Amino acid sequence: MARLPVSPEALVAQFGPSLGFPPKEGFPGRDEPDRVVPTHCCFCGMQCGIKLLVKDNRIVGFDPWEEFPFNEGRLCPKGVQRYLQNNHPDRLLSPLERVEGQGFRPLSWDAALDRTASEVRRIQEKHGKDAFAMLSGVSLTNEKSYLVGKFARLALGTRNLDYNGRLCMVSAGAGNKKAFGLDRASNGYADLAKAEVILVAGANVSETFPTLTHWIWQARDNGAKLIVVDPRMTPLARTADLHLPVRPGRDSALFGAILKQLVDRDQLDHDFIANHTSGFAEAAEAVKGYDLAWAEEVTGIPRRKIEAAAEWWGKAKTSFLLHARGIEHHTKGVENVVSAINLVLATGRIGKPYCGYGTITGQGNGQGGREHGHKCDQLPGNRDIENSKHREWIAGVWGVPEPEIPGKGLSAYEIVEAIHRGEIKGLLSICFNPLVSLPNASFVREALEKLEYFAAIDFFLSETARHADVVLAGSLHEEEEGTVTTAEGRVTRVRAAIDPPADAWRDTDVLLDLARRLGREELFDFAAPAPLAGTREGSLFTAKRIFDELRAASKGGTADYFGITYEKIEANLGVFWPCPSVDHPGTPRLWEDRKFATPDGRAHFNAVRYRDPGEVTDPDFPVILTTGRVVSQYLSGTQTRRIGKLVEQYPEPLLEIHPALAKTLGIADRDLVRVETRRGAAEFPAQLVTTIREDTVFIPYHWPGRKSANLLTSGLLDPVSKIPEFKVSACRLVPTGRKAPSAAEAKAHASV
Amino acid sequence: MTTTASRSHEEFFLDPQRCIGCHACEMACAECETNGQLAMIHVDYVDRAMSPQTSVQVCMHCEEPTCARVCPADAIAKDELGVVHSANAARCIACSNCVLACPFGVPKKIEPMKLMMKCNLCYDRTSAGRRPMCATVCPSGALWYGPRERMAEMRPNSSPVNEFRFGLQRVKTRVNVMMPKGSTELVVDGTEAP
Repeated sequence: MARLPVSPEALVAQFGPSLGFPPKEGFPGRDEPDRVVPTHCCFCGMQCGIKLLVKDNRIVGFDPWEEFPFNEGRLCPKGVQRYLQNNHPDRLLSPLERVEGQGFRPLSWDAALDRTASEVRRIQEKHGKDAFAMLSGVSLTNEKSYLVGKFARLALGTRNLDYNGRLCMVSAGAGNKKAFGLDRASNGYADLAKAEVILVAGANVSETFPTLTHWIWQARDNGAKLIVVDPRMTPLARTADLHLPVRPGRDSALFGAILKQLVDRDQLDHDFIANHTSGFAEAAEAVKGYDLAWAEEVTGIPRRKIEAAAEWWGKAKTSFLLHARGIEHHTKGVENVVSAINLVLATGRIGKPYCGYGTITGQGNGQGGREHGHKCDQLPGNRDIENSKHREWIAGVWGVPEPEIPGKGLSAYEIVEAIHRGEIKGLLSICFNPLVSLPNASFVREALEKLEYFAAIDFFLSETARHADVVLAGSLHEEEEGTVTTAEGRVTRVRAAIDPPADAWRDTDVLLDLARRLGREELFDFAAPAPLAGTREGSLFTAKRIFDELRAASKGGTADYFGITYEKIEANLGVFWPCPSVDHPGTPRLWEDRKFATPDGRAHFNAVRYRDPGEVTDPDFPVILTTGRVVSQYLSGTQTRRIGKLVEQYPEPLLEIHPALAKTLGIADRDLVRVETRRGAAEFPAQLVTTIREDTVFIPYHWPGRKSANLLTSGLLDPVSKIPEFKVSACRLVPTGRKAPSAAEAKAHASV
Repeated sequence: MTTTASRSHEEFFLDPQRCIGCHACEMACAECETNGQLAMIHVDYVDRAMSPQTSVQVCMHCEEPTCARVCPADAIAKDELGVVHSANAARCIACSNCVLACPFGVPKKIEPMKLMMKCNLCYDRTSAGRRPMCATVCPSGALWYGPRERMAEMRPNSSPVNEFRFGLQRVKTRVNVMMPKGSTELVVDGTEAP
């Protein structure tokens, strides 16, 4: 029974989101903290170093951590305010159970976990093992990500485990595996410093990775030219030497046209192509018709700009290509990624100082969390769940017969579809708010309502957790020990600054206890001995034990962590994987030896023929809708829609629309506009800006309920990566004839 | 430490062109215990309809502070390190002279408290050898605090400027603004100057 027990308004009144502010005079004890704990921000793949100030088991403030090498004290507003998720009035302080007509009431851990274990057994006995699914997320540490993978496969015994990275980096991951045989940014950001040309495609760096801006502008101070590909003039694009305002969904046409220019001008590294790559002829053949006139027509970018980009890229001796969700959230996300990589390989500018390439991983642990068995098709060390050798290795580490490890399961959105079809009956979720973050939100809601049993591990009652039968009160980032891997591939240490409050538990303890109740205790022997149980020391004990098993499991895989220890991370302020032995220093820059991780040891060109996005505009839906983010919010907003100042900074989603398009529809600033697609409709205040293409509108997605951009997006997926096409929908705009209410009235952060 | 010695060692550099409008500086500033959760630095769009360009304004800490000169209550003081402080609460009469007179638009009258408050260059931090909070967290280099020589190395295409002309008024400040290489002053509305 996963319908809401009472109205969503009643749940908001009890569980928020409500806005947390610090007291005017600051939290008591800030100036005499008990501890100053160097750790990391919980938001975004930069994982900036930050010090948390602790008094009486509460986070009372922060201090910049100027010694941490990536950010040297720099932070974005989310980082400055991250400490306010602690001390928050909405925090879940004990397990809860759904009571029809009443809402949620507290219950004991024993009852909550027993009920969950017995529902797992009931559903699996009746409908099969795979009828119980798990959804997870990569704001979790490496240790928890690894544990979730093992827990789902061995304690639940289901093949249907997937994660919210499916909405994030999977197109990049699949593209990198095709091209390089390994899924990691090829370089640390230090290699930006003296790159002559930096090409940033589909990455709103200054809003989504603000602290990366420093590294890009440092390069520009050294003379770099910056090319930004984005349908909007983002803050970074504003200062670019060249801004290519691409029509959403046409990125591979642009990259194909640039490749053709490189071929036509013979700006190629023939030695590198001949000796270290394969597939060049096919890739060049695929783009031979992509001349500038064609590219201008398809991409909507003036040909002179495409030509200039190709010329700069072709002439450069050093370069760095960065991309993010803007080219990845597509039904051809993988094609976009490999067509970008083709430009790097054609010029041979990889594996050398200041010659770099990488996706900018989005989520806090988007990198590490996608390496260690969290994905429906993957085992630790970035091993393939369908490869018998890989399965045998992991079965050996886990001490189980190989056939006991389930096979490949469904991806995140496909799990929701299977719930909707009635094939999956039970769900355990952690660190995932699919009701806000998945596309086609109304469909997702219908699916949740069909579940026979839903247990959610969370620290706040997220929009999705409201549908749970049992909510297991879990832990914040600052309450558990562990490691995360940054977007650079740098493994860093996250600290337990405090204990979870009241009767909340550490996520790890929830999973270990549930494994015991499911009869698999012997496979999850990570718990701290009695005197340490429940303490920060106990958390360190357990995290280290899990990490040691992760190291062994990853050994020999492409994401090899075997040589990384907590002591080594702490001594060096991070270690870059792969790090195959304890005396290995780690690998900030990949491919210096030109030995790629593909089966033939070569980097692979991939032939990409342009095709249209999954949904194209037509007379009924004539405008392109694209979605994205703002600097003050993180992902589905479960945390950041509760932090008062972040909410005030950008309180409600606005419809960015070009004045020329607005004029044709009679839309003025702050007019309330109904946006309709084939999935649904929602109303947003118009914001007229000349900084967006005239054929495209933009809505940021962090909000729930009637303010959710994902009411509009499609469930069309990339055939390889299964990433949804958040970046392209066809919509129509219907002026309501009303002005939008003020943001204070709209209360979008808690919209139902 | 003398004012001169302090200046030659660590200085504040403002480069509004680099501002990405993230508001980290405001959030961090507001955390200071003396600010009561109010930011003493301000980020604003220049013209959002036309551009995402934002600009950031911090107190420039003038050598001869206009705010202090126009204060009828003698509530605003500059200390021996060149830091211009918020109005002395016991003296401030909330007349807003300083708010109107400051050529940079820095002082704000905090209505409920009837008090002018402004940036004091993170006196608690800078006097202890630490960088101001805003310039420590700024992710884009729009705000930077450190030795002048280091700034010259990092930004070879810019020159720090601390002389301004507002019509007939000339102002010299402790805080520098980064301008195109070779610039020596910033002229605002210079047409009326003699």
